[in-house]
Amino acid sequence: MEFTIQNQKDTRSGFGEGLLEAGRRNPKVVAFCADLTGSLKMGDFAKEFPNRFFQTGIAEANMIDMAAGMALSGFVPFTGTFAAFSTGRVYDQIRQCVAYSNKNVKIAASHAGVTLGEDGATHQILEDIALMKALPNMTVVVPCDFNQTKAATIAAAEYDGPVYLRFGRPKVPNFTPVDEKFEIGKAQLLQEGADVTIFACGHLVWKAVEALPILKEMGINAELINIHTIKPLDVEAVLKSVKKTRCVVTAEEHQRYGGLGDSIAQVLALNDPCPMEMVAVDDVFGQSGTPDELLKFFHLDTPDIVEAVKKVVARKQ
Amino acid sequence: MTINELERIATQVRRDIIRMVHGCQSGHPGGSLGATDVVTALYFDQMDIDPAHYRMDGEGEDMFFLSNGHISPMLYSIMARRGYFPVSELATFRRLGTRLQGHPTPMEGLPGIRIASGSLGQGLSVAVGAAQAKKLNGDQHLVFVLMGDGEQEEGQIWEAAMYAPAKGVDNLIAIIDYNKKQIDGSTDDVMNLGDLRAKYEAFGWNVLELSGNNMQAVVNTLKFARENAFQGKPQLILAHTEMGMGVDFMMGTHKWHGSAPNDEQAANALSQLTETLGDY
Repeated sequence: MEFTIQNQKDTRSGFGEGLLEAGRRNPKVVAFCADLTGSLKMGDFAKEFPNRFFQTGIAEANMIDMAAGMALSGFVPFTGTFAAFSTGRVYDQIRQCVAYSNKNVKIAASHAGVTLGEDGATHQILEDIALMKALPNMTVVVPCDFNQTKAATIAAAEYDGPVYLRFGRPKVPNFTPVDEKFEIGKAQLLQEGADVTIFACGHLVWKAVEALPILKEMGINAELINIHTIKPLDVEAVLKSVKKTRCVVTAEEHQRYGGLGDSIAQVLALNDPCPMEMVAVDDVFGQSGTPDELLKFFHLDTPDIVEAVKKVVARKQ
Repeated sequence: MTINELERIATQVRRDIIRMVHGCQSGHPGGSLGATDVVTALYFDQMDIDPAHYRMDGEGEDMFFLSNGHISPMLYSIMARRGYFPVSELATFRRLGTRLQGHPTPMEGLPGIRIASGSLGQGLSVAVGAAQAKKLNGDQHLVFVLMGDGEQEEGQIWEAAMYAPAKGVDNLIAIIDYNKKQIDGSTDDVMNLGDLRAKYEAFGWNVLELSGNNMQAVVNTLKFARENAFQGKPQLILAHTEMGMGVDFMMGTHKWHGSAPNDEQAANALSQLTETLGDY
């Protein structure tokens, strides 16, 4: 597959455009925001649908439960704030009124991971996927670029049930096709290969794409699969690929405990054990810095994926 | 419905509460007994509801949320007696496989429960959201929510309390079961709530007070609140109640917040409550 960078765009803007489009398609789509309308790119929705936009102020717990209350009447509420305040801060509200009560609330979580940058560890949540995937009834979606985030937002609006939608702040390569349909729960095969499978999500999908030609020069023919839906995991796609490649690298902007790698490891251990390496944050908190500096510092960059692949391929042999 | 009829229902509900909690040897009788009159008046007289055609979305009817979900025996009894599900099902309370979970949930398919509660401080927010949905739908019905007084210690209550007046959510009537007791003791000792009336008024609510175990006062005040809805402000009712009301040894103490009576105590309690509608 040819990977062409169409432009550099932030995934949060993909959410903003997706929300607007979802709102145009379905008059039941409503949005709540806890004083971060600009950061979440929700301004266009608020302008076009002022009656369906609810500014909650800095009160995330109230926001989540109001959204659950509104979902009762057939509305499709999106809540918007940073990922840190969309999960840890409101875990009990999500657990009781969204997940356990199975309400059709979409939790839109921006500025996830270390690529939030200079704000530092208080805001750089790296545990949100773990928190959300542990909840019964919850679907966890982590799209990789602008186009995919827009499509995932529209798909989340059409899906009936709680969804956690994770995206980020920095401008990153936008390379998936415009208006490609997003299928929740369906892994996306980006590159076929035979020697190793790289399972990646979010911003690290592009980092894995960058690793492909480097690996090819080394004689390693890597398969790349974008796991944009962490839960429910496309187990069939995982096992099918592993049957062929017999070793795995996972790559994510998240703690190694409880993230994508953890989910893949469970599938392998229960079904088809094989060597595996994880590119993830290793049980530490984030730091201030630029997104690029932080990806390097926390070993989440292209060279780190290349090293992990070399290591796992050697283990296989 | 006459006051006498409402009182007869409330007495049977109190019998149901004692029998349910005694039956499974767990649950929260004290608060349930205290809040019985207010919620009986809502379900049998003051709310426009249609249990025979229950809809999750509550469209075209009033909606009720129980924020302090631990007083579930009271709600289950009233809902069963009102026709949401068979009265005989009250015998399954808190038992494995029941739709009558320890704390209310929609997940077991019990008609009339729209959202889970139990973790405190969340019901007011849910009710605000539901009330706003009614406004968006042009539905001229009301949303009611009952909260505990101890629950006012949760910070989220005050997030919702700030939001509702600021956004003109005036189709909402919130009620505090003001029995001044919580698990660890009196609210004055655990966490002095101060002047709740003044606090809500300062946040922009219209505040009413009523004697919560006087059925005539309950009905009159709820009716007044209904008539004063849709005038720009949410309304809060401080319902002064007695924890354990109707059973002498359960009153005047916080001891029965979350304890079940033994056989002898249950018999004693039931001897104080006339069987008016037939036990389940």
